[in-house]
Amino acid sequence: MDQGTTGAKQYLRFTRLNRLLHVVMIVCFISLALTGMTLKFSYTAWAVTLSHLFGGFESAGYIHRVAAVLMVGIMIIHIVDLFRQRKKDYGSWKSMLTGPDTMLPTKKDLRDLTGSLRWFLGLGPRPRYGRWTYWEKFDYFAVFWGIAVIGSTGLMLWFPEFFTQFIPGWAINVATIIHSDEALLAVGFIFTVHFFNTHLRPEKFPMDIVIFTGRMDLEEFKEDKPEEYDSLVKAGALNDYLVDPYPPIVIRTIRAFAWTALGLGFGIVVWIIYAMLFAYK
Amino acid sequence: MRRVPAYWILVTAAVFAAPPALVRAQENSDCLSCHGDKSLTAERRGRSVSLFVDERRVTASVHGGLTCVACHADLQGKELPHDVPLARVDCGTCHTQEQKDHAESLHGKAVARGDPLAPACVNCHGAHEIAPVKDPRSAVSPQRVPFVCGSCHREGSPVSRQREIHQANIVENYSESIHGEGLLKKGLVVSATCASCHTAHRIFRHTDPRSSINRRNIAATCTQCHAQIEAVHRKVIRGELWEKETHVLPACVDCHQPHKVRKVFYDQGMADADCMRCHGRGDIASSRDGRSLFVRQEEVKNSRHTKNACSQCHVGVNASKSRPCETITQKVDCSSCHAEIGQQYQKSMHGTLLARNDPNAPTCNECHGTHGVRGKSEPKSSTFPINVPGLCARCHREGQKAAVRYIGDEHNIVEHYQESIHGKGLLKSGLTVTAMCTDCHTAHGVLPVANSESSVNPRNLPATCGRCHHGIEEKFNASIHATVVGRTDKRLPVCSDCHSAHTIRRADTEGFKLTIMTQCGQCHEEIARTYFDTYHGKVSQLGYTKTAKCYDCHGAHDILPVADPRSHLSRENVVGTCQKCHPGATRKFAGYLTHATHHDPQKYPFLFYTFWGMTGLLVGTFVLGGLHTLLWLPRAVQMRRQRNRGKQQAEQAVVEANADGNGEKE
Repeated sequence: MDQGTTGAKQYLRFTRLNRLLHVVMIVCFISLALTGMTLKFSYTAWAVTLSHLFGGFESAGYIHRVAAVLMVGIMIIHIVDLFRQRKKDYGSWKSMLTGPDTMLPTKKDLRDLTGSLRWFLGLGPRPRYGRWTYWEKFDYFAVFWGIAVIGSTGLMLWFPEFFTQFIPGWAINVATIIHSDEALLAVGFIFTVHFFNTHLRPEKFPMDIVIFTGRMDLEEFKEDKPEEYDSLVKAGALNDYLVDPYPPIVIRTIRAFAWTALGLGFGIVVWIIYAMLFAYK
Repeated sequence: MRRVPAYWILVTAAVFAAPPALVRAQENSDCLSCHGDKSLTAERRGRSVSLFVDERRVTASVHGGLTCVACHADLQGKELPHDVPLARVDCGTCHTQEQKDHAESLHGKAVARGDPLAPACVNCHGAHEIAPVKDPRSAVSPQRVPFVCGSCHREGSPVSRQREIHQANIVENYSESIHGEGLLKKGLVVSATCASCHTAHRIFRHTDPRSSINRRNIAATCTQCHAQIEAVHRKVIRGELWEKETHVLPACVDCHQPHKVRKVFYDQGMADADCMRCHGRGDIASSRDGRSLFVRQEEVKNSRHTKNACSQCHVGVNASKSRPCETITQKVDCSSCHAEIGQQYQKSMHGTLLARNDPNAPTCNECHGTHGVRGKSEPKSSTFPINVPGLCARCHREGQKAAVRYIGDEHNIVEHYQESIHGKGLLKSGLTVTAMCTDCHTAHGVLPVANSESSVNPRNLPATCGRCHHGIEEKFNASIHATVVGRTDKRLPVCSDCHSAHTIRRADTEGFKLTIMTQCGQCHEEIARTYFDTYHGKVSQLGYTKTAKCYDCHGAHDILPVADPRSHLSRENVVGTCQKCHPGATRKFAGYLTHATHHDPQKYPFLFYTFWGMTGLLVGTFVLGGLHTLLWLPRAVQMRRQRNRGKQQAEQAVVEANADGNGEKE
């Protein structure tokens, strides 16, 4: 909330590519969720309206598959980017995957988890989180898991005539259940837990837009990721990551987009709760 | 016999002009030298027949003056004794006109066809002993004519049984009739015999215009004897029209049935003009209730009954009264002519109500009108197909007298019918063959649906619809839904259960396609619910039809159990059924569970355990993630408060510093 209001330099947390991928992913994810849910909750009046809004079940299905392909595309671009980073920034897989900025779970993550729980219960201080916290790592791998599970079952539903050459017909029914329930898990988790953990935490309220700007105030950075801050200061590399904030117009645009995504996300959660608890047939 | 004088000339000529000296004279005595022997016989068709000719009787006959060879002409100049058998005697050599008449007639035609039952001259007139017609011994003398004709036309004879004769008990009826009684009991030889009406030789069907008993000729035939009959019938038939316009007038036989004619008092008729003398006046009204009794002649003239006289419907008039109609006691009874329709009506709901004296009961004229009644094929008729819905609506429209006493479920039937495919076809497209009220409910036998005799009773409905939709009916009757196939005590569906009664839509419209699933689901509850759990059902539920619905897989009218090899879903057919939409479908593909549920561990264990596994994963993840978040919440709020406090203090410091600075400047 303070970005842009001061002219002070900000810490650059996310690269331009990461930010772009996240924006595209949001669009794809919400599209997939909305078009998919119309089928899952087809017994609600909401679904009927929404389905017509998408131009019918065929066009909704088309949007669903385009978004799915894009999503897989995002994953591939990200993996390509990982190769590029290894070469450019780390030199070897070993230094990339074992260094302090690794996305893989470490012993520190376990310590941070127990430390966090202690902190929550008032039994200790707030852990000194590093660049990637354990819940951020969880979200990161959840996406890989989700794309693998939902994507593979989705392919089976997309090309049942091809797949039933190898697998029995009832496996398509099984795939349907896995696809839809895993998607429900993904949607439910992203729009509640992920939203809270990263965007809506009271201390960030109303919204943390670092994933869109890539920038965060130095003060906030220092408080949020003290370990990373310290190591940067120690290495004297902090200045390398300091950039000018975005002008207010950019921030406003980003906020408008973020609010829309947030609104849609919450809307979907409300719809799911309504469909599963009140309209379930 | 009108040609008797000519006949005598011929006979005389034959006697006197016979050449006196032939090369070899063939005297009758030559013939009788053999045929005078009573024991002379021959074999004919396996039977021994006498060839004896009684000379006395031949001499006494009308042909007594002729030689044998005058008739047996093929023997002229032949050696005697001659070869057997002889050719048939040709009476036409002398009796040319009679021969011609006979040849044209039904009898002659039958002879020409080789009909073994057909009568030739000899069958009626005899052979060697033919007497003059007036001679009582003649086979065709008036007293004997009924017996001659009766030999073939009596009851139970081969002719009456094997040939197309439209009258029954001809001889019996005739002998009891006034003509038969006069001839046979009273010996009145001028009484009409068969030949008096039918003629002797010119016998034709009554439909043949040449026939003496054709409607156009019957009056002329009867007036041969009943010359003054016009005077007797002047009240019924205006004399001058009798001959001129016979086609618009009743023929004698309309009242006096052929063969049954009795000396009884037939209902005295009235000429229409006599009625119109009063009823043609515009101001004539009933003295009882004041309603107008005016009859527009124009209306009657254009009606179906233009040929009927007033008194044919308004029976009971007495022509001898100054007001002939004062003796009328009963209402017009259409069933006196339309007997079968009358019987149907009596059995119908309408007729039942009338029998109960219900004031709302519709009678014939309610629908058909009175004097202006027209046939149902006339566009102006109230019963012309396009006019029928409006006609029935007069009572059956919501709020009208029939609709208010109705207690069933069908409401707004008129409006619904108009919007239905049948109503649109009839009323918008003007397609007169489209089903309308009476096509399904019948015109005169209307009965409530609950009545098992009703045309719309579930028992009879497939046949009723099948009158037009025959192909569908055939398929349906072979399907599991037909009562003869699906033997069950449960109620089986008929046409109306899926198609409705009055709101029938085209089956290829979206609305119909979508509602049909709930229609099936009314009985097949479980299977319909599980259908909606799978992709096809979900898309349908969203309101789209481009996906498999019940009938796409199961068939519409030809539904059969899956176990039946003819079923669309039998092992032989199921892959083909899937391929209608999924061209690449294989046997494994057909293993997709279109009615799957994940709530049945016995039937679908894979689905059941997958579902609960996924649910476990979901619940587990949400519990852990949610718990983590909830525990975090108080700390997060606390952090926010601290930060805000710190910020406020910092701002306060800045403000104070600024204030100090400003103060110093001043």
